[in-house]
Amino acid sequence: MAQHQAHDSHGAHDAHEAHGSLKSYVIGFILSLVLTAIPLIIVLNDMLEGTAATVVLLGFAILQFVVQLVYFMHLKEEGKPRYNLMVLILGLIIVLTIVAGSIWIMTFNKVA
Amino acid sequence: MANSGNHIIAKPQHHDEHAHEEHHDQEELRFMGFWFFLITDCIMFATLFATYVVLSGSFAGGPTGAELFEMPGVIAETFILLTSSFTSGLAVLAMNKGDRKGLIGWLIVTVLLGATFLTLEISEFVTLVHEGATISTSAFWSSFYTLVGTHGLHVSIGLVWMIAIMIQLGRHGINSVTRRKVKVVSLYWHFLDVVWIFVFTIVYMLEVI
Amino acid sequence: MWDKIKDFSSEFFVTGDPLIYGADVSIVLTLVAVVTALTYFKKWTWLWKDWLTTVDHKKIGIMYVIASLLMLFRGGVDALLMRTQLAVPELDFLTPEHYNQIFTTHGVIMILFMAMPLMFGLFNLVVPLHIGARDVAFPFLNSLSFWLFFSGAMLFNMSFVIGGSPDAGWLAYPPLSELSHSPGVGQDFYIWGIQISGIGSLMTGINFIVTILKMRAPGMKLMKMPMFVWSVLSSCLTIILAFPILTITLALLFLDRYLGAHFFTLDGGGNPMMYINLIWMWGHPEVYIVVLPAFGIFSEIAATFSKKRLFGYKSMVFALMSISLMSFFTWAHHFFTMGSGANVNAFFALTTMIIAIPTGVKVFNWLFTMFRGRLSFPTPMMWMIAFIPCFVVGGMTGVLLSVAPADFQFHNSYFLIAHFHQVLIGGVAFGFFAGLYYWWPKVFGFKLNEKLGKWAFWTWNIGFYVCFMPQYVLGLMGMTRRVSTYGWDRGFYELNLTSTIGGFLMGIGFLFQVWQILHSIKFMKKDTTGDPWDGRTLEWSIPSPAPVYNFAILPRVDEADAWWEEKQRIAQGHAPKPKPKLEPIHMPKNSGIPIVMSGFFFLVGFGFVFDWLWLAIPGLIGVAASMLVHSFRYKTDYYISVEEIRRTEAAAGRTV
Repeated sequence: MAQHQAHDSHGAHDAHEAHGSLKSYVIGFILSLVLTAIPLIIVLNDMLEGTAATVVLLGFAILQFVVQLVYFMHLKEEGKPRYNLMVLILGLIIVLTIVAGSIWIMTFNKVA
Repeated sequence: MANSGNHIIAKPQHHDEHAHEEHHDQEELRFMGFWFFLITDCIMFATLFATYVVLSGSFAGGPTGAELFEMPGVIAETFILLTSSFTSGLAVLAMNKGDRKGLIGWLIVTVLLGATFLTLEISEFVTLVHEGATISTSAFWSSFYTLVGTHGLHVSIGLVWMIAIMIQLGRHGINSVTRRKVKVVSLYWHFLDVVWIFVFTIVYMLEVI
Repeated sequence: MWDKIKDFSSEFFVTGDPLIYGADVSIVLTLVAVVTALTYFKKWTWLWKDWLTTVDHKKIGIMYVIASLLMLFRGGVDALLMRTQLAVPELDFLTPEHYNQIFTTHGVIMILFMAMPLMFGLFNLVVPLHIGARDVAFPFLNSLSFWLFFSGAMLFNMSFVIGGSPDAGWLAYPPLSELSHSPGVGQDFYIWGIQISGIGSLMTGINFIVTILKMRAPGMKLMKMPMFVWSVLSSCLTIILAFPILTITLALLFLDRYLGAHFFTLDGGGNPMMYINLIWMWGHPEVYIVVLPAFGIFSEIAATFSKKRLFGYKSMVFALMSISLMSFFTWAHHFFTMGSGANVNAFFALTTMIIAIPTGVKVFNWLFTMFRGRLSFPTPMMWMIAFIPCFVVGGMTGVLLSVAPADFQFHNSYFLIAHFHQVLIGGVAFGFFAGLYYWWPKVFGFKLNEKLGKWAFWTWNIGFYVCFMPQYVLGLMGMTRRVSTYGWDRGFYELNLTSTIGGFLMGIGFLFQVWQILHSIKFMKKDTTGDPWDGRTLEWSIPSPAPVYNFAILPRVDEADAWWEEKQRIAQGHAPKPKPKLEPIHMPKNSGIPIVMSGFFFLVGFGFVFDWLWLAIPGLIGVAASMLVHSFRYKTDYYISVEEIRRTEAAAGRTV
């Protein structure tokens, strides 16, 4: 159970271990704080409404997701082949399908 | 005790160089497996979000979210969880430097922040119930409690888990196994923060806007 | 006191039906017999040490296969009961209520407790050997997956004698499955049985993805993997993306029933349509989850018995992977009649038609693999050949159903029943049978009797067509599914009777298979070569049954069909590859935690079914405690010494 491709996994490995520096965590934290604060200001001051608000707020949430993926979860530092990234993308496609598909199908079947 | 970039077993037993390698690889597999588990968890939350969005207008004559949500508490929860995500990252940094005290210290901070988040969430739920919004009030409230509650359940599990890991760190120090466990729990914690960002945006902000 | 007990047991146990009393008696007798035999032959320690706590993928695979064959028997008996009831108009063999329960349990058992575990059994038996690995990535988790499946299946099956079976159809559509319409405990058995085994399925999916991505023998690039491994990868990816949806959907239904939530209820703003939408987001990928590995099995068999490389390897990989992704975009074709508007229906009709294309590509690949091959026709190959026309017809009727306007006619008719049985029996069941026949000698060290196998094959196949072809016609004549009887005046009689005869023929086919297995065990001829079919892939390079560590020396792979190429080289007079020095092998220790933890899960499920918190809460605590105990265990591995490897290999007649 313990065999593996020793050769190709090892080189990628050291980079993998060393991941994350204080700088990247601090940058990530500050960016997250900013990306949380802006939509809050928008909401609390009623600066946007309707579809525009939905799009902008979701946009900020997605941006923050990307920030955390890069700075906290170190997705960029995965060794090749990037299976984790591939499966993540696949997962996100399905996430989008579930949410958007349900909304689309169920618009025709609304119950008050 | 251990340097970053090297997998040193804190309490050297009768393992030779070869065993190191194998343990190490096994830990890498586990990290990958956990990553895939998080993706399945993503899908679970996606299903809950889809249900919430589809049922979000179904108040059945009961109170609406905009009427009952108390934003200050929720905003506090958001920043607390965000900070705890940061501190769990600092724990990993301390671990990479081989600093066991720092590691456990940051984990304790993370657990305390997580517990505060949970306390705020529970008191929010209690207030909502007192104001007449229970899980059986309407489809909206059913999906609200289920979505937010599932996240809260994840946070609670994370807390127990972190405490268990701290005990193991106390016993075994930083070795390839505990190192992987800390990395995994920190990844889990970041993930919960990301989910909360979407809960905060979709459930709270888009409802009160 | 006595009256209280009597009251309780008359509610707790299912009463009133002679069939059920018969089942009660046989269950008790079997249990007593098993316990007595184990005690008499002093086999308890053996059972616990060698099987119940094992983390060896080969043994777990065997347990999966045994459990799924038992489930096949139960599901098959359900099917025959239904066919008996429908053989003649206005028959009183089963009451409508009983009929509802039987079609529900038949569907659930066949898909979730027969097809899925049989598939997982084959994954376990074959994948590590196929890729030259010593076990799966997470052997402990693998054992846990099995035991969770097992306790889920037992919980579900228990509803037959305790509390009452679910009766709202295999997908339990609300509002019928809600408390308002199904106040009994049957529906809760359904939810918890599936939920517990579903966690196991999810973990198996993760386990095999990591195994395939990370544990391949040195040199085995992704594009050099056997096709079955590709099919497992695509199936497992689909599992990890689809099963979470099922988990949540059933959890929401449970909250409706248990806490009075309003997700899918008729009041309080709930929307039953949302359940149907969600459950099919899992349900459609689910059928691809079970059929993709069957495609992989057929690919292996076609290549082996044609003595040719698989035709169009790359297109096959592409087809498998694209099906696994596209299976997520067709779900609404299961409810065209829900009224989601023309655009939704048009979109899902198109995606459904498109997904037929990669499936068609595969059929051509198999045909061209056989074309000009040196063909032989032992039983695995026969099932493979029978599958092609069967699946083509099943697929084509699927395309007919995908035409949304036409579907308004076909929907919920026997046409649909015939269609999905044709793809599920013709595709999945034939595929897994073929796989079992093919890999049986690797697992047990002897081939199954060919003559009885052929009898089984022909009875199954003739039975299949006799049973399901009339159902297409019945559907077009207007017979709807899930009716427990029909009048003499409908003109359904002759075709239904024919169909019932076909059903019983398939039952006889199953009996032939049982006989075949028993006969082969008794008169087995030990296979000493380890390669009885002249195979192409790595599993045939080691002794049968495989030693506990699988490969004494990890193979080096330079091309696809590595074992076949190696044999060719040796036949041409080249020296075999030099073998590196033996090293101690690192193996995982057995663990009792999986079975104990699954036992606690069972208590949780049972407690919630009957709303007994005094049972459910200790169960939950037990689950958490088992996890923690496992987390705190650090010495979970051991080494097999070089001496022991030498001894094992020598016993199998090999030198290393």
